[in-house]
Amino acid sequence: MGSSSSFWNVAYRQAMKSGVFVAKVYSFLHVTTTYLAFPAVAFGPSMIPTLHPSGNVVLAERISTRSRKLSRGDVIVLQSPEDPNKIPIKRVIGLEGDCESFVVDPEKNDESRTIVVPKGHVWVQGDHTQNSRDSRIFGPLPYGLIRGRVLWRLWPFQDFGPIDDHNLKK
Amino acid sequence: MGIQNLLWQVTKKAFTGGIIGVTISDRCCSVVPVRGDSMSPTLNPQRNSYLDDYVLVEKFCLQDYKFVRGDVVVFSSPTHFKDKYIKRIVGLPGEWISSSRDVIRVPEGHCWVEGDNKASSLDSRTFGPIPLGLIRGRVTSVVWPPQRVSKIS
Repeated sequence: MGSSSSFWNVAYRQAMKSGVFVAKVYSFLHVTTTYLAFPAVAFGPSMIPTLHPSGNVVLAERISTRSRKLSRGDVIVLQSPEDPNKIPIKRVIGLEGDCESFVVDPEKNDESRTIVVPKGHVWVQGDHTQNSRDSRIFGPLPYGLIRGRVLWRLWPFQDFGPIDDHNLKK
Repeated sequence: MGIQNLLWQVTKKAFTGGIIGVTISDRCCSVVPVRGDSMSPTLNPQRNSYLDDYVLVEKFCLQDYKFVRGDVVVFSSPTHFKDKYIKRIVGLPGEWISSSRDVIRVPEGHCWVEGDNKASSLDSRTFGPIPLGLIRGRVTSVVWPPQRVSKIS
């Protein structure tokens, strides 16, 4: 009787220690990915040539999005206003107060519209404008939907390097 | 040397506790105060700030963004993203809402929110439907003051 109860004691204590360890690791990962930086997978043709359509892993940081230090030309990870479970990656073209002119439907005709980006919103577009669902379709994006700013391409290794800003930071 | 060691141990424990606390608050649930009376009489039925309601906000709904009409949610303002509002969802994607002059369809991925106290509430009647991605949690119950502890319906 004595040895079996101490076995359960030891097992219980081991389980608690592992549980606490798992909780610590999970919390640390959560805080890092939510407040510092996180990796994101990008696939799809909307950001050619910056990102490859068959997949890139990029590193995105959260510090400048919380303090509103975004500028034109930043590539950002956002939550789609059309579906909160989708996380597309697009480039910031206009900040609040900017006038944006765009062609409404390039395949139909040349009709264009001009919109002033309202307060608290940004205008995003994919680099490959022919095949990109962006602000030309869903309108200006509220700041609260921005998840992070992309800094660096991580994988595949031949693409390793910073994301350039297309000379939009002026 | 003993004091230094003790200080270091205390700091480590506080740091770990803080990180775990932040994770629980972000992923599981947190308690927030309710300001203003736009949700009277459900929340803050009196206009006295000593008796502000504190509510429990659960974050599990953010895994799949499945809400139903009548949920009271916390969301970031579309114009001032650092401000958080608490209102009730009255329109889901695809539904039609009749506002003052016309009938509006709630687009996909958005929802229509209104305060219970329609006379003094800044909500979708002013800033339009909000994207579901702006929602930061769902209010489940009032936890303070003790005489008002109850589940929100």
